[in-house]
Amino acid sequence: MKKLMLGNEAIARGAYEAGVKVATAYPGTPSTEITECIAAYDEIFSEWSPNEKVALEVAIGASVAGGRAICSMKHVGLNVAADPLFTVSYTGVNGGLVICVADDPGMHSSQNEQDSRHYAKAAKVPMLEPSDSQECKDFIIKALELSEEFDTPFIIRLTTRISHSQSLVELGDRVEIPLKPYQKDIGKYVMMPAMARKRHTVVEERMKKLSSYADKTELNRIEWGSNTDIGVITSGICYQYSKEAFGDVSYLKLGMVYPLPEKLISEFASKVKTLYVIEELDPFIEEFLKQKGISCTGKEKLPLVGEYSASLIRRQVLGINENTDALQENIPVRPPVLCPGCPHRAVFYALRKNKLTVTGDIGCYTLGSMSPLESMDTCVCMGASIGVAHGMEKAMGKESGKKRVAVIGDSTFIHSGITGLIDIVYNKGTSTVVILDNSITGMTGHQPNPATGYTIKGEKTRQVDLVKLCNAIGIDRVRVCDPFKLDEFDKIVKEEIAADEPSVIIAQRPCALLKTVKYTGKVRVDKSRCKYCKACMRLGCPAIVDTGDGIHINEDLCVGCDLCLEVCKFNAFEKVGGSNG
Amino acid sequence: MGNVSILIAGVGGQGTLLTSRVLGAAAVKAGYDVKVSEVHGMAQRGGSVVTYVKIGENVSSPVIEKGEADILLCFEKLEALRWLEYAKKDCTVIINDQRIDPMPVIIGKEKYPDDIISKIKSARQNVYIIDALKIAKELGNIKVLNIVMVGFLAKKTDIQKETWYEAIRENVKPKFTELNLKAFDAGYKMAECYNS
Repeated sequence: MKKLMLGNEAIARGAYEAGVKVATAYPGTPSTEITECIAAYDEIFSEWSPNEKVALEVAIGASVAGGRAICSMKHVGLNVAADPLFTVSYTGVNGGLVICVADDPGMHSSQNEQDSRHYAKAAKVPMLEPSDSQECKDFIIKALELSEEFDTPFIIRLTTRISHSQSLVELGDRVEIPLKPYQKDIGKYVMMPAMARKRHTVVEERMKKLSSYADKTELNRIEWGSNTDIGVITSGICYQYSKEAFGDVSYLKLGMVYPLPEKLISEFASKVKTLYVIEELDPFIEEFLKQKGISCTGKEKLPLVGEYSASLIRRQVLGINENTDALQENIPVRPPVLCPGCPHRAVFYALRKNKLTVTGDIGCYTLGSMSPLESMDTCVCMGASIGVAHGMEKAMGKESGKKRVAVIGDSTFIHSGITGLIDIVYNKGTSTVVILDNSITGMTGHQPNPATGYTIKGEKTRQVDLVKLCNAIGIDRVRVCDPFKLDEFDKIVKEEIAADEPSVIIAQRPCALLKTVKYTGKVRVDKSRCKYCKACMRLGCPAIVDTGDGIHINEDLCVGCDLCLEVCKFNAFEKVGGSNG
Repeated sequence: MGNVSILIAGVGGQGTLLTSRVLGAAAVKAGYDVKVSEVHGMAQRGGSVVTYVKIGENVSSPVIEKGEADILLCFEKLEALRWLEYAKKDCTVIINDQRIDPMPVIIGKEKYPDDIISKIKSARQNVYIIDALKIAKELGNIKVLNIVMVGFLAKKTDIQKETWYEAIRENVKPKFTELNLKAFDAGYKMAECYNS
């Protein structure tokens, strides 16, 4: 039976069919649906881990125990998991272990555009790259088998267009793989200098074997076209773009991108007249060819940044310009915005009003940096808001902290904010941290996390008590409040930034998109009261519109959250058709 | 039906993702090769959202590029204008007659363009303007405006009505099935009696 599946869904299906026992992940676009889909299979234990490092460690444990395991993350998540990655390369596996990493060329939903293939080379871990959903399923099954055969973890590299494109997949049945026996083996699993030195030699031997395997595996294939003058070496989604751009030429389609098949590449290169390497982001394959003295055309014609497309290849490589008829029209951009009813809006409104410097973090709330809220000064990586605030204080002096807060979501705080907060206490900082507790991991599409009290399967579990947690690490000033009570929230912010000790404000209000949130009614403008002062426009609510002749509410967008009622000094907003109690 | 590229443009939250899934499912049921490309994450938060559905004998790239779309299904007028250059000359352009101001317009930094519909009609021949939002409101849930749009589009394809029903049933939650089927019928009927 064939089914239309997302690449991520096909990865999940492959894990299911290959008898995977344990699946772990921290959500991150574009990788999230892998583990969400796995959670639907009761044969596999799945979890949202607090962060990618823990996720990989749990998967390593499952593998050591003899079960097949898969761990998924977005590209920047692999930075977090890099520490275990580099050493699990040395220990090798017992049950098959696969790490799925999803890169985001074009940065649809990411803070950088890193190319994860470098990790395969740096950590000496083999990497496969599928080019459609069927290959996603096939490659994960193959990678688990090869992982056991070569005693190494495997990485599957995805990109946004593979993860989030649907194509047809032939479904198979699950094969139950019994646990492999666990045997204590400190030479293999305890990595300290004496053992690790021996294991490094094993790793180098393994890379040689994998290199010769790369030359003969069906994962890499030559497709001779009727045109053998032009040859294209490519992999992943670029294979699909190349097929559309070049048509019936010859291809070396790489399914295994590390280690690369030297003999196969040489053979292919020797039989074509012009050789192109088509790969998004860095010249990973191209540099290998050049190092081996094989001349080819790649990045001299194609960009290092952004996504590729068939037309980009036609234009840059083949010099074919397609005529399109763009309308000569100034079309306003439509950037993403905080949703109507978003609890974060109130927080940023208050912070902006107090003219604070705000060190920010990763989540929906990063949108608080956009106009008109413009209430964020920095955003680096998961958890960075807290360390950055502390560093600014140490550079600028204690007084500067009275004009600064760090802002971090509940899930991000659990991911890697806690350690930063411990640092503030330990090293005598006085920063104020606002935890935006919206009871969910919002940006990636509503995953539960340890602060929500629910597991990936929606089962109840012990909930992290954020207040007790902050108290336990030495924060005595912890305030819990509802940011929609603007005056109270404003007062608390003023008090906490003024304090000469570290403090945490937990701004609690659930994401407006949660099913449990039931705002009722709509808001209307009472024109007789509206002074057209535009104070409400500073909220950046998509439902409040300035039409040039007054303020209007877009009733199709208004969810009736009532935040604007709090902001208007003239009571010009009135609630109709319901009350939020 | 030869190769058909459908570009779906809208504003995050309007249900473009479900639309592309229903279109994809219906085409698979009708026996075609299909690729659907979606957008998740940050762009979904009220931003400009586009998804692609490519149907044919053998589809390679999941992405639709400028001048390639056979059908443009637009959930909002400004988005229709934004993505118009992706439409072929003889593209069928279906537009939900709704205006949603983007943030730069809301805060007065930019102006929402005038006469969008006439501009689009002067650039393309086959343009259909429908008020899917109104129908969705009449059905009691503005969220089904996407399936009203699907119903209108369905009439322009040779895929059987029953196939569309199946695709909808498989992609919406059971308690919303009836409502969505009604929305589909309303859109389909509108296409039958549409006259510009």
